[in-house]
This record gives sequence, structure tokens and C-alpha cells, in this order.
Amino acid sequence: MSEIFTFALIFSTIRFATPLIFAALGGMFSERSGVINIALEGLMLAGAFTAAVVTYQLGNPFLGLLCGVAAGAALAFVYAVACIKFEADQVVSGMGINFLMIGLPALISGAVYDSSGSTPQIPKEQFLPEYFNIPFASILALALVPVCWYVLYKTPFGLRLRATGENPAAADAAGVNVTRLRYSAVIISGMLAAAGGAYLSIGQSSLFTRNMTAGRGFIALAALIFAKWKPIPTLFTCLFFGFMEALTIPLANYKLASGENIPVQFVQIIPYVITIIVLAGFIGSSRAPKALGIPYRKEK
Amino acid sequence: MKIFREILSPLLAVIAAFVVGGIIILLIGDNPLNAYGWLLSSSFGSAKDIGWTLFYATPLIFTGLAVAVAFRCGLLNIGAEGQLYVAAFATAWVGIKFGGIILNASGENPNYPFANLPAILLIPLCILTAVVAGGIWGAIPGILKAKFGSHEVINTIMLNFIAIALVSYLTQYHYKNPGAILETPNIGENAYIPRLNEFLPFIPKDVPLNVSFLLAILMCVLVYVFLWKTKWGYELRAVGQNPSAAEYGGISPRKQIIIAMTISGSLAGMVAVGEVLGNRHNYYDGFSAEWGFLGIAVALLGRNHPFGIFIAAIFFGVLLRGEIFVDAFTPRVSKDLGFVLQAIIILFVACEGYFRRLIFAGQNKGKKLEI
Repeated sequence: MSEIFTFALIFSTIRFATPLIFAALGGMFSERSGVINIALEGLMLAGAFTAAVVTYQLGNPFLGLLCGVAAGAALAFVYAVACIKFEADQVVSGMGINFLMIGLPALISGAVYDSSGSTPQIPKEQFLPEYFNIPFASILALALVPVCWYVLYKTPFGLRLRATGENPAAADAAGVNVTRLRYSAVIISGMLAAAGGAYLSIGQSSLFTRNMTAGRGFIALAALIFAKWKPIPTLFTCLFFGFMEALTIPLANYKLASGENIPVQFVQIIPYVITIIVLAGFIGSSRAPKALGIPYRKEK
Repeated sequence: MKIFREILSPLLAVIAAFVVGGIIILLIGDNPLNAYGWLLSSSFGSAKDIGWTLFYATPLIFTGLAVAVAFRCGLLNIGAEGQLYVAAFATAWVGIKFGGIILNASGENPNYPFANLPAILLIPLCILTAVVAGGIWGAIPGILKAKFGSHEVINTIMLNFIAIALVSYLTQYHYKNPGAILETPNIGENAYIPRLNEFLPFIPKDVPLNVSFLLAILMCVLVYVFLWKTKWGYELRAVGQNPSAAEYGGISPRKQIIIAMTISGSLAGMVAVGEVLGNRHNYYDGFSAEWGFLGIAVALLGRNHPFGIFIAAIFFGVLLRGEIFVDAFTPRVSKDLGFVLQAIIILFVACEGYFRRLIFAGQNKGKKLEI
């Protein structure tokens, strides 16, 4: 067992948790305002692709990260228009966004770089930096957790956000502009998710590949639900799911006394199984924001 | 007038998608008319092309119907993907175990068969397996929703990942055919279902369109009859329209939710009939080309009606068939165009309720609620 639980596992846990923390915090803003965010996966991909392209073209990972975040905001705006303005089914349009971000980056990089959906390799010195073996993005993600907590619980914006997610009509009556608030929440969520995606392409890896998030947006959503839509618990559930992902690496080489290895699939499904159990109410009660998924139409 | 209203918004969504797609093609420096020309000519140009288009449409008819049945009960089944994965592996397993397969490709790791059944028994058994396995995987989120009130969208997403990991484990550790890709050995030949070419010789022999297409048409009819001509279908739709009113009328929403999700899963599972029994003859890693998710788009575009789903599935078949040729015969557009068009269609169709209200505002006044 000691060959699995090494010091290196702690570092890889933080690395794997980083994109999840960004995306889950993003999802928190949108969901606490009452907009389901199934689109986290697509928003992450938008960030990952844009960051990889900009970093490759301009050679500056910080600019890459910034543009990735901007792309996430732009895509989230499209999603917000569909969900808020056109009252589209949030799950369905979220799936649409995810689909778009599987196809569109591949279509563009196919045309621009003549590839089958990936961007060119970025040289190692142009990655997002690391300090003492901890990626810059991880530090940023960890720092964002208390910031998000503060915003959600200690600012008027946070109060209005939570009120809108629970009872938009009451919030409206109290003078909150529900529509504008939901727009900003969804856009913040796109920016955060995209930052998580950017870390994948210019931090953890050296290029964008087709559908490179591989379900992390959904794991982040699971972490958010597991954490009952609260920022500090979200950090821990993301670390836990990151740990699960980190475990698969040493497990792949680890052999039991009988000479067999432990199937990674059993470790991979743990986050998903936990989410189902949590949702069913077996581990405390997990209650979603009351108005989650319901478009708000102002009475005229 | 009614039919016009039904087809107007899907049609507008498709046109809008092609316009937006055309702008994207222009932006990446290619000719949209050329790309769309290839899309259409390669999917309808000859009997062979049409055969391929229908072949690509077949799994989408099943998953589209699956999503629609759940939707009519007020549920969004994002889990057709997982349901068809479970069904595909289970079907392949039965086809191997009861099809008399002893050795895999390299002659190692024998999976001793239980029996070597004749086709007349084995094919129905395999189809039944697909239906039951998909149905069970679909019933799980139904039961979770009925018993604990947990949201089916999240549960079906989670169950997709669990299903894919589970069958990947079974294939990798217990039923792997030695070779480069992760796949099971082939099912017994008695489980093969015939290609349509055997009855309709004008379809070329190399087109893998098989009798599962006829099963898909049959399912369209059966789902229509079930939903609109039976008491059970009425109850299911009543819950979808208004659960509390249905409950007041003596219908148990919980029971209907479980029934709807089970039927939905069974329909998704039928994808295995065409792909495992009719096309690839085994289960392989990365089995589904996102059929489960495309089913959502198909159901939406088909307005959750079996006839509409049939048409929508064929339209998506055109995209899947045509994108290969667009990829090959245009300088810059890759086959991802199909994905982009599908995504834009989903987004437009998702917003159509707003425009329907806008266009048909006033016309619905005083009309009784249709269910």
C-alpha cells in the first residue's frame, strides 16, 4: 500500500482537483441563481481550446488563460440568452453547448492547423508556471474558494443570488433584477469553468485535444451536488474526486498479493456512485436551490 | 394547420442551423454551398447512399423514441447512452455464451459457452436481452426518482459513466478478445440478423443496413399506439402534463415514472440489435457514436412524436453520412461540421417554445389543453 500512498499522490491530487474546483465553483454561481449548469463541460472546453490557441500563437500563457476565460464568458452568454431570454430547457441547451464545444474547436483546428482536432504542441516554457511543485492555477483555485464563500455569503450580490435561486418572485418583489442577476451568475460560471479548462490545456497538458475534458465538467457538477451547493464543502469534494482520479495512476501499476491489479474502473465510478447516493438522501439531505431549472417570467 | 404548426419550428431550427453553420464555414475559409452540396449528394445520391443514411439513422430512431417516451411523462432521459451500453454488452454476452463461442481470436482464454442455440431461438433471446438490460438500466433512475425524488437528469448522467466503466471493466478483464482494441469476441453466427440487401437487392451488399431498421419502424408505430391509443399511454402522458392533476384523477405518478423510464431504457437498448446482431457482431470499446445524446436532439426536432422522430433521425443520418464526404472533398471543412450543425439545431430547438408563443400568441386562447 505504501507504494500507492506517497507524497507525490498529494501533489497529483491537487493537480487533478484544480480544474474541478474552478468548474464546480462556477457551477455554484449559476445553480445558486437558479440556472442548471449542465454546460460546464462545454464551457471548460471553450477555455481549454482558446487558451491553447492563444498561448501557441502569442507565447504567453497568462494571456492564454485570460482569453480562455473571456471565451468562457462569451459562450456562457450564449447559454444565458437561451436559458434566460428564450426560456429554453436548461438541460437541453446545456447539452447543446457541450455538443457545440466538441465539434467547433475540432472544426476550427482542423481548418487552421490542418489537424484532426488538436492544436499544435506548446513548448514547455510557455506553460502556466508552477511554484514549489504546485501549479499556479491550483494556487488560484484554492484562493478562489474563500473569495467565492465571501461573495456568496457576505456581499449584497451573494444574498440576492441566493434569494433568486430560492424564490425569484420574492427577490423580484424586493427589488432584485432577477434577469440581470442570472445573466451575471451564468457568465461568472462560464469564466470560472473556462479557467479550469485552460489549466487542462496549458498547465496539465501541452495542447488541446478533442473533448479533452473527458467528463470533468460532470464530475465538477457531481462535486457541487455532493457539497450541497456550498463553497467550502465544494473544495473538499473536489479534492476528494481529484484524489480518486490521482489514485488511478499508481493503481494501474499496483499488483495485489494474488498478482492481479485493481481495475481502475472501480475507482473511476466512485464519484458517480457517491453522487447518486447523496442525491437519494442517504448522506444527509441534499437540497437543490428551489427555483433551479425554472425560467423566471416577470408578471406584466 | 395543426401539422403546419408542428413542423414549422423544427424546420426553422434546421434552416437557422444551416445558416449559422454556413457562416462558420465562410469564417474558416471554405465554401458553404460546396460543403452542403456534398452533404446532400453523398447521402441521397444513390441507392447505396440512401442505404447508408438509413443505416446511420437506425440507432437514432431508437434513442429518439427512448427520449420521447420519457419526455411525454415529464422526464428528461439523458441516460440513453448508458442504457444502450449496458444493453450492447449484455446482448453480445448472450450472443457469445449461447452462440457456442468457445475460443477467441488467438485461441486463448476460452469462454465456455452455455449452449449453442439455433438462430430461431438465439435471435429472439438476444433481442430480449437488449430490451431487458436497457430497461433495467433505465428503471434505476426511474425508481430513484419515484422513491427518493432525486432528479433523473443528474442520475442518468452519473449512470452513463457508471455503465460505460462497468462494461469496459467486464470487457477488459473477462471477455477481451486479444488484439489492439478493447472488444469482445464475435457473437455466434446464429445470432446474426440479416442485412436488408438479402430481401431488397437494390440496396448494395456492402451497406450494413439491416433488419433492425424495420424493427425501428415497428417501434415507431408501437410507441405511437401505446402513447395515444392505450389507457397506459394516456396515464403516462397525463403525468407528464400535470402530475398533481393525474394523481387527483387516480393515476400514480410514481408508478408512471418507473414505467416510462423502463420503456425508455428498453427502446435505447434496442440499438444493440442493429449494432451487435446486425453490424459489428461484438461489443467494442467506444461503442456508441453519442447515439444516446443525439437521441435528445432527434426527439426534440421530431417534437417527441414517433413520426417526427423518424424524419428527424433520417435528417441526422444525412449529417452523419454526409460529414464523411464533406471531410474528404472540401479543402478545409472537417467531419466535425456534423457535430456543429447538430449542436446549433439543439440550441435553436431548445429555444423554440419562446418563438412558438410569440408566433401563435392569441391562437390558443380558449382552446382546451391537449394531451
